[in-house]
Amino acid sequence: MPSTSLHGASAGDRIYRFATTAFALSIPLLLVLLGVEVAVAAWPALKAFKFSFLTSSDWDAVNGVFGAAPAIYGTIVSSALALVIATPLAIGVAIFLSEFAPAWLRQPVAFFVDLLAAIPSVVYGLWGIFVLVPLLREHVMPFLADRLHLGNTPFFSGPAYGPSMLAAGLILAIMVLPYISSVTREVLMAVPRAQREAALALGATRWEMIRGAVLPYASSGIMGGVILGLGRALGETMAVTMVIGNRHEISASLFAPGYTMASLIANEFSEATNDMHLSALMGVGAVLLAITLVVNIIARWLVWRVQRQARA
Amino acid sequence: MVIRRGLDIVTTPLPEQLVRLRTLAAVLGFSALGTAANAQSVDLTGAGATFPYPIYSKWFSDYATTAGVRINYQSIGSGGGIRQLSEQTVDFGASDAPMSDAELAKAKGGKVLHFPTVLGAVVVTYNLAEATKALRLSGAVLGDIFLGKITKWNDSRIAALNVGVALPAKDILVVHRSDGSGTSFIFTDYLTAASTAWAAGPGKGKEVQWPVGLGGKGNEGVAGQVRQIAGSIGYVELAYARQNKLAYAELQNASGAFVAPTIEAITEAAAAAAKTLEKDTDYRVSIVNAPGKKAYPISSFTWLLVYEKMSDPAKAKKIADFLKYALSEGQRSAPALDYAPLPSSVAKQLQKRVAALASGR
Repeated sequence: MPSTSLHGASAGDRIYRFATTAFALSIPLLLVLLGVEVAVAAWPALKAFKFSFLTSSDWDAVNGVFGAAPAIYGTIVSSALALVIATPLAIGVAIFLSEFAPAWLRQPVAFFVDLLAAIPSVVYGLWGIFVLVPLLREHVMPFLADRLHLGNTPFFSGPAYGPSMLAAGLILAIMVLPYISSVTREVLMAVPRAQREAALALGATRWEMIRGAVLPYASSGIMGGVILGLGRALGETMAVTMVIGNRHEISASLFAPGYTMASLIANEFSEATNDMHLSALMGVGAVLLAITLVVNIIARWLVWRVQRQARA
Repeated sequence: MVIRRGLDIVTTPLPEQLVRLRTLAAVLGFSALGTAANAQSVDLTGAGATFPYPIYSKWFSDYATTAGVRINYQSIGSGGGIRQLSEQTVDFGASDAPMSDAELAKAKGGKVLHFPTVLGAVVVTYNLAEATKALRLSGAVLGDIFLGKITKWNDSRIAALNVGVALPAKDILVVHRSDGSGTSFIFTDYLTAASTAWAAGPGKGKEVQWPVGLGGKGNEGVAGQVRQIAGSIGYVELAYARQNKLAYAELQNASGAFVAPTIEAITEAAAAAAKTLEKDTDYRVSIVNAPGKKAYPISSFTWLLVYEKMSDPAKAKKIADFLKYALSEGQRSAPALDYAPLPSSVAKQLQKRVAALASGR
């Protein structure tokens, strides 16, 4: 590590050091300013509605009553659903690519998986409206509810319109998959050869080698990839808005339409003129920012814990 | 299939490049001839409603060709337009809903005038293969459908309006706009006027608390759902419905007649409503559920918003000149883009107001 002392350093070094420090500090400063601005703009709504802003399902711009509970619920549930679906898939893809795929297949498949991340979200949304949602309505939802008899459980009950929490979760899963899989692949590739050879030398099968020696070694990195995916899922707006049904209601059923915070802001901000309405939308933004921060802090902590265990 | 209105301008008769060339020529010509007063080509900037964007952009490009005044318009939504006008960051605003008294009071540049430019309409579209001819609905029935009180297509109240149509016992699925929009404002304004139950419930606004149904983003979001789901009903703006050939309902107007949404029926609504206007009206008026046998009930003005007194007299003159153009020649290009022109009586009245604006009192 370079010394922190500047004694004897030339003027150029000092200027350089000062400039880079300023650049580095400007980013956290920007984040703090952003948070402050949003919080200030949100304050009137938060003050007026207090806790009911977080717990109420009443969102009535005509009468100036705002409760964001369904949007908060929807953001968390759709993102969680996306991770539940995408994580095993993405890790599977990464394991195949790093451990099993023949060399001629590895690059093309990796390229196509990464390409998923390059598709604009409005294109996902259109695909959702015209392909995914009809597919869900006509095949997947009837199959889940009637064939598998899950219709009696609260999670798959109610009429199958198509636009739903399930559709949002699925489309998010596809969108976050390349992030998780790409990071996981890199991490798996970085596992030292010695680690694998040691496991094989002990008589492990290939699968046992992956499970016992490679995955644990890579776990903190994989967790990092999942967090990256989660960050993407929490903030995704356009594609979700187009398939979630945009309904201010909390329902346990994945077939029911819902709302997310990002969708709510995108839907209403451009036409909101009333001060309280604007402030309420800013409030939703503040809550989204807070949730994103908390999730990231928890995730960092998890990574840190896994790393510490791995070292121990 | 999915054609967003913003793109429609591409299909307008004048090729864009040609317009640009001519604009350039006009501008160059101006400065070359260059009398001191005319040489300064004052550009105008505006912001607001997305709904009239296709016709506005045609007007702006035509006007740039003929008058050499370049107008930059950002279709960021009515709310944004009103905010920017209030902050005086643009020279004019545009909105699908009139400004409220509170909003007017907040405008930093003084008194804001409302100028209706064209008429738009909202149509009720549905997906019901069993309906062999256009479905007929009344405001009260429509209100109860959107309130979730009427839940089946073969409900006796719908059947009473559609004698001879074999209505199925299907569930009705309501689809509404999820994004704040002038289309929702006009539609809920109509329901508030025509259904007492709706007026007592959700009321009117760009976003209301919908008692039932799914929210689709944009006209294409609503139309997409309605097209896919049998038994659904929704509302979209007229131009979108016509360009995509959606089925639409005939609505019972205030005189009891069932009227299909045609350009003539919409202009008729404005003409009928205009008769009831006071002489010194500020044109912040709703024309939904207008009287008149041929009037289509879900019609509305869309407005340009300008300050009565502008600090820059050159800009004031440019805006007044543009309004003069929009209210005369501009009206002729409306039907081709599926907007209804203003009734000539209203256009004449407005020209007088423009003259007052130009004189810069």
